Amino acid sequence: MKVSYFPGCTLKNKAKDLDEYARKCAELLGVTLEEIENWQCCGGVFTTSKDEVATKLSSVRALKDAKSKEQPLVSVCSACHNVIKQTNHAMQTDSEFADKVNRYMADEEPYDGETEVLHYLELLRDKVGFDKVKEAVVNSLKGKKIAAYYGCLLLRPNSVMRMDDPENPTIMEELISAMGATPVVYGMRNECCGGYIALESPELAKKKSNAVVANAKAQGADMIITACPLCRYNLEKNGADIPVVYFTELLAQALGVKEAENE
Amino acid sequence: MQRIGVFVCWCGSNIAGTVDVKAVAEAIKSEPGVVYSTDYQYMCSQAGQNMIIESVKEHNLTGLVICSCSPRMHEATFRKTAAAAGLNPYMVEIANIREQCSWVHKEMPVGTEKAIILAKAAVAKVNLNTPLTPGESPVTKRALVIGGGIAGIQTALDIADAGFPVDIVETKPTIGGKMAQLDKTFPTLDCAACILTPKMVDVAQHEKIRIFSYSEVTEVKGFVGNFDVTIKRKARFVDETKCTGCGDCVDKCPMKKNPNEFNMGMDNRSAIYIPFAQAVPKVATIDAGACTMLKKGKCGLCSKVCGAGAIDYTQKDEFVSEKYGAIVVATGFNVINLDKFDEYAYNQSKDVITSLEFERLTNAAGPTAGKLLRPSDGKHPHKIVFVQCVGSRCENCAEKGKEYCSKICCMYTAKHAMLTRDKYPDTDVTVFTIDVRTPGKNFDEFYRRAVEEFGVKYVKGMVGKIVPEGDVLKVQASDLISNKQLHIDADLVVLAAAIEPDKSARPLATMLTASMDTNDFFTEAHPKLRPVESPTAGVYLSGACQGPKDIPETVSQAGAAASKVIGLLCKDKLVGNPCVASSNELMCNGCSSCERVCPYGAITYSDKEFRMPDRTTKIRRVASVNPAVCQGCGACTVACPSGAMDLRGFANDQIMAEVDAICK
Amino acid sequence: MNKNDLLREEIIRRSGVNPKKCMKCGKCSGTCPAYDEMEFHPHQFASMIDSGDIQPLIDSESVYKCLSCFACVERCPRGVEPAKLIEAVRLSVIREKGNNRMTPNDIPEKVDEETPQQLLVSAFRKYTK
Repeated sequence: MKVSYFPGCTLKNKAKDLDEYARKCAELLGVTLEEIENWQCCGGVFTTSKDEVATKLSSVRALKDAKSKEQPLVSVCSACHNVIKQTNHAMQTDSEFADKVNRYMADEEPYDGETEVLHYLELLRDKVGFDKVKEAVVNSLKGKKIAAYYGCLLLRPNSVMRMDDPENPTIMEELISAMGATPVVYGMRNECCGGYIALESPELAKKKSNAVVANAKAQGADMIITACPLCRYNLEKNGADIPVVYFTELLAQALGVKEAENE
Repeated sequence: MQRIGVFVCWCGSNIAGTVDVKAVAEAIKSEPGVVYSTDYQYMCSQAGQNMIIESVKEHNLTGLVICSCSPRMHEATFRKTAAAAGLNPYMVEIANIREQCSWVHKEMPVGTEKAIILAKAAVAKVNLNTPLTPGESPVTKRALVIGGGIAGIQTALDIADAGFPVDIVETKPTIGGKMAQLDKTFPTLDCAACILTPKMVDVAQHEKIRIFSYSEVTEVKGFVGNFDVTIKRKARFVDETKCTGCGDCVDKCPMKKNPNEFNMGMDNRSAIYIPFAQAVPKVATIDAGACTMLKKGKCGLCSKVCGAGAIDYTQKDEFVSEKYGAIVVATGFNVINLDKFDEYAYNQSKDVITSLEFERLTNAAGPTAGKLLRPSDGKHPHKIVFVQCVGSRCENCAEKGKEYCSKICCMYTAKHAMLTRDKYPDTDVTVFTIDVRTPGKNFDEFYRRAVEEFGVKYVKGMVGKIVPEGDVLKVQASDLISNKQLHIDADLVVLAAAIEPDKSARPLATMLTASMDTNDFFTEAHPKLRPVESPTAGVYLSGACQGPKDIPETVSQAGAAASKVIGLLCKDKLVGNPCVASSNELMCNGCSSCERVCPYGAITYSDKEFRMPDRTTKIRRVASVNPAVCQGCGACTVACPSGAMDLRGFANDQIMAEVDAICK
Repeated sequence: MNKNDLLREEIIRRSGVNPKKCMKCGKCSGTCPAYDEMEFHPHQFASMIDSGDIQPLIDSESVYKCLSCFACVERCPRGVEPAKLIEAVRLSVIREKGNNRMTPNDIPEKVDEETPQQLLVSAFRKYTK
């Protein structure tokens, strides 16, 4: 199976691990991530205002590229996924917005939100299947107590994202179980790490991040996984005393892809 | 040819203000069949009616057209007038020149022109009217009450006390419903069991009442006065007539780890069980999914210890058929599932509970023998947070909550908070509310006592998030009056979950052809004037199946429903509506289209012998309508491809004549 | 229409939110992770925009404190979406010339070795036009 892939700026730089292991794991599970040519940064945040058009065009271009190849569009970074999915939803449901976008790109074929937008986790759950993932595990993570950190971007707004129950998600917990480890459910897993406020008000980001880590630890976690580079940055920078890793890295370890590379 | 009189009403200035009534009376004179026309200020008054009666006699009228208000308002009035004048009441037609004419037009010429057209259409119809006579049907003098909670119990007792036999069908092994699970009741704080269980005993001992517990209604046929109902008596694997309720089997049963429904799953029961000590009937039931004897054929201990020989592992579901004159729906409510509200951590922590679970925790017969202990560790909670409106008054969340106010939560939360402070003064109790709704007798006084005498803290604001951490629940909420965000480390959180109709209500409504609203509450025939009757004749509503209700309201409605049932059962015969469908058997081609569209199950097919033109006989399958069941909706007349089906009083040729008159 | 009404119309149109749907329960402010940093809280945005009292919101730092975490949007029982209202007010501010809250010159002192690109991009999207 081949899918279109939108890595995003951070995955090409500070979050290379997130990208690299995602590709390797997918390949092992029979999915090729075909990187979109000439992709442009998603912008990091979806501006909800209806009159904001220009900042959403890069997402539309990526979506159109996937449409032309008749492939779903997959991303790993929570932010990219959120922006692209929300843009696609606006193209489907807000005709005034879609009209403006299509006029703006007058020389190209109009786009009405036809592309299926998937997060890598959804690719694993809905296209590959967690049972397949489980079969492919060579290094079981048995005994590890892992807390999934969803943050905000993967789940909200649920009316658009539709990935999971926004208050009681299970998709990462199912992945953790498939890898042989024990998922730790904790209340702060879908609360904000502080996000971009880290730049202007590092103290607030620290407060928010600490509350997440403290809750995960109190509920018995010895590791946190995330899909978002900014979440990982905030959690780590603010002194998380348990490892915070990308879920793809852990998956690579379970599937034996990471070792192969080290050897 | 008919001799038709036309009577144009002014309705004071209601009609005459925008319709030239004299011009209408004049214009209609030349219509075929019209021999007399006149106008009058108030046709419905006694003087107006007398004028009609006199005119009938004077001009030998055979049909009447009254140009007046909506037939919903005065059709019945003028039919009685016609009868008093010696005419068949169905020889009257109303031309609605008020609601459909004078009230919607502003200018006299427009209103007058339309009034004339409407009058002409009515005249065209009356020309084809034929006298109709309503049929009669007998009444089975027995009532069925579906649901054995306080609503069903009260309705059944009231009907039975009037001397009519009543059957109660209850899906659980015992009657009692939600009220049996409650501890105390607001605003007087009577113990629920002390006032309910005597009523349950009354039901059990009443010679006119039969209880079908652990049973469900599976089929309803027939119509008002003559319902045929099939009741499934689920196999409980215990012979009800032999079991003495001694409980020896319950003690000996080795399969003890089954969630106890009566205690909201907060403790366990054995596979063979009696829901609670005061159950009625006090008979054991085997949970087939939990019993090893039934699943694997091994054990049989209960049978060995039963002195009465009541255990019967071979028992099967049984179906009972019975006739009833009236049916009362009393299927009640449940609290909603809170899976989708995990911002309150109901799935994450045992110490986040619903108010109904809280009732069991404080009930002397509950899992903690009435001691308020945390479900997680059995410790006494010192800080309790109550959250109101969990899932109620939700607009955006059709997949989550309910749009309506659940009505009972403000009061029971005040009760829980007050009783907690009374019994455990060392406990800090905070209630988060959007607003406190207490519109009942002595309700607001009760709530104020909770605050002023018992020191319950009320905060106007909502809880946004609850995070379990270690052995505390970190509650984050807003206090809108102080304009602050509050952070409380609570030991126990109680959620006032929205209530919804029992899941059995929807399929039951389909069986009864009784209408429901979008929330699956049964709809009443009129929201103000017929609140305990369903629009389906012979079906009555009692309790929370019609909308959220507390106990006093439920009992009032239960009594009202009973009085309506008694009123029906007192009659020996019921007069029907003559405007029903009938099938011309010679034209019927037996296609079943009408049978499929009939929402009331009034049409049946049977084979009949017909003489053919060549003097042979032929057996053909033809439709026939049960006039007592037919409600005259006319769906079959539209569905019939051969034109065999027609509606009396609204026959196809009558409707066409009206249309022609309008289009002329 | 006076200035307040115009502003109100503009914010409602841009956000796509009808603040009249608010039943003033305060769940948004109960769930907000940046509550203590804000002078005006999510429920006040809904209420003040509805009544046309918008200038104090424009003048307040509160518009920059919203983390856009969407918890208020997700948990509002009436579907009011306060975060979208806050964003609409914020855009009213930064779309005015010279109102960019951050310039590229501010960046060097704010970043470290590990700062992900995502952080800079997001912050620019939020603070500048």
